[in-house]
Amino acid sequence: MYTQALNSSDGDDRGVEDVARASQFQARIDADERIEPNDWMPAAYRKTLTRQISQHAHSEIVGMLPEGNWITRAPSLRRKAALLAKVQDECGHGLYLYAAAETLGTSREELVDAMLSGKAKYSSIFNYPTLTWADIGTIGWLVDGAAIMNQIPLCRCSYGPYARAMIRVCKEESFHQRQGFEIMVTLCRGTAEQKAMAQNALDRWWWPVLMMFGPPDQVSQHSDTSTKWKIKRFSNDELRQKFIDATVPQAEFLGLTIPDPGMKQNENGNWVHSPIDWDEFKQVLAGNGPCNRDRLAARRKAHEEGAWVREAAAAYAEKRKSRQLAQAAE
Amino acid sequence: MTVANIEVSETPLMLYALRRADDALILGHRLSEWCGHAPAMEEDMALANMGLDLLGQARELYTYAAKVEGRGNDEDKFAYLRDVRQYRNLLLVEQPNGDFARTMVRQFFYAAFADLYWRAMMASSDPTFAAIAAKSEKESAYHVRHSSEWVVRLGDGTEESHRRAQTAIDDLWAYTGEMFAVDDGERGLIDAGIAIDPATLKARWLKTVTGIVNEATLALPKSDWMQQGGRVGSHSEHLGHLLSELQSLQRTFPGATW
Amino acid sequence: MATPNVPLWEVFIRSRNGLAHKHVGSLHAADATLALQAARDIYTRRGEGLSIWVVPSNAITASDPSEKGMMFEPAESKIYRHPTFYDVPDEVGHM
Repeated sequence: MYTQALNSSDGDDRGVEDVARASQFQARIDADERIEPNDWMPAAYRKTLTRQISQHAHSEIVGMLPEGNWITRAPSLRRKAALLAKVQDECGHGLYLYAAAETLGTSREELVDAMLSGKAKYSSIFNYPTLTWADIGTIGWLVDGAAIMNQIPLCRCSYGPYARAMIRVCKEESFHQRQGFEIMVTLCRGTAEQKAMAQNALDRWWWPVLMMFGPPDQVSQHSDTSTKWKIKRFSNDELRQKFIDATVPQAEFLGLTIPDPGMKQNENGNWVHSPIDWDEFKQVLAGNGPCNRDRLAARRKAHEEGAWVREAAAAYAEKRKSRQLAQAAE
Repeated sequence: MTVANIEVSETPLMLYALRRADDALILGHRLSEWCGHAPAMEEDMALANMGLDLLGQARELYTYAAKVEGRGNDEDKFAYLRDVRQYRNLLLVEQPNGDFARTMVRQFFYAAFADLYWRAMMASSDPTFAAIAAKSEKESAYHVRHSSEWVVRLGDGTEESHRRAQTAIDDLWAYTGEMFAVDDGERGLIDAGIAIDPATLKARWLKTVTGIVNEATLALPKSDWMQQGGRVGSHSEHLGHLLSELQSLQRTFPGATW
Repeated sequence: MATPNVPLWEVFIRSRNGLAHKHVGSLHAADATLALQAARDIYTRRGEGLSIWVVPSNAITASDPSEKGMMFEPAESKIYRHPTFYDVPDEVGHM
């Protein structure tokens, strides 16, 4: 899971760096070469990627919480196994991404601390609550659907470790969206109450999902550098449009109504949505979404309550090392 | 329409499968409660993997119980439409997760038994059980490996982890005896070569457990008083809460398909 | 307070017999045993592996990319190391 909204880059401060190296670097990017961890790179490239990859990782880890909320209540054993496996995958994806971020020189502990302290961002979408089982279907269908739109181009990102992590993530995530859509199909073919549950979930998630793609292109400030560095290959609006066009027929198949009565198809066949409430987006990013505090509190609690376990493992490793040394000295 | 609890015909073989299925489901459910909250992300992965193994075992065993019973019940009816008195799992597996030490000690006590149990059950004259055993044995063997490594690290880690691990052992010990108990119905299955006598596993189980507990600088309690009752539906208070969560959707929307 | 660092390990997996171990990523673990188990749980959930190596990241010595020219370019001109450098008459057939 992922949000384009976080793909903002840290300007380009290569003025203070070796101009020749910077232009060699750009030439490599232009030639579609991959950049690897020990290669020279502009400080701003490193900073932008560290931030983007770690925020992507935080999103995976925080993203475990809204769906994890339903693992113990999944309505059949088949659904329970699928959901547990899916949420576990998200943890795995978080770990692949932290591993990729660490190759840029910042430790995972430092990255995680920045998230726990509220300094680092994660995707706004996970600050909304999962109220009914239909939310689990909707997250798989729409949130994972939006994430996939976003992540597929990242498989060709200029930074090798990030691109490789995304290839692995995309491969594994292909079941996530299908899992969600299957839940929606079942609900929509079920009782009237279930169908209403599905519609209500779509009503609540639709706009926040559109916001996942980030601000409209005309106000998105940092896209240029990210595009030049081939970190970002499509604009926010392009991806959002692609997502909507793919989703409309799926909603139609389900017999659900997208909660945008003003949405129309233009002459190119694209569905044009009504204006998005960007104030809501800003509020959620600023920490004022319905679940921001709960999400951070849950992650902090796990981290703090796990400290004694991690300390025990470290203490044991030390003891074992000194025992081995003592043994070798005998 | 209200959903009553299903009726279950507990013939010996059916009940035998149902009890093992309940063990696996309830322990798997407990492990799934950790998801997103583990002490380290690496451990989140491990707990979920063990939970998924157990959930898979439960589903196969329920399906077999349903087949033996032949009354149109299925895995979900068994899981979602029985009340606490109808559940047949060991008291050990329903004990709350508590801290990570308690979860790992519970896992270790159970897996050290399950590993021996499933390995022996591979020789069952019942081909379904033999097949389930062959798969479950490998899973359980890994659960022993993982949980025992943690018991050693917690016991021989810091003062705090040692104290927590020892408390977990002291609190859970009385629930281990039930794993080795057998009733008349099961005795018949043992005589028929379908089931194995768990009493024959006890010495080896104790050897494994003692070995790890010693390595962990921990100690087993002196008391040999053992709690019983899970196998006949006399549970601790914890199981009812677990079931009310597990079954909430099925109970709220009777008859719906999910 | 900053969280103390847990050692970093690089993970290599042999996906099937006959293939070499391949680097797949990294993880954090207090010791080698836990690292191996974590590698199993993180990197082989879909049957990706038959064998795992974990190596402390700081045990790896890497070549310096800025020395790429000195390290690797001299090999590029040694075309006589490749079979296509040599002419064998067509009549001889495959060699």
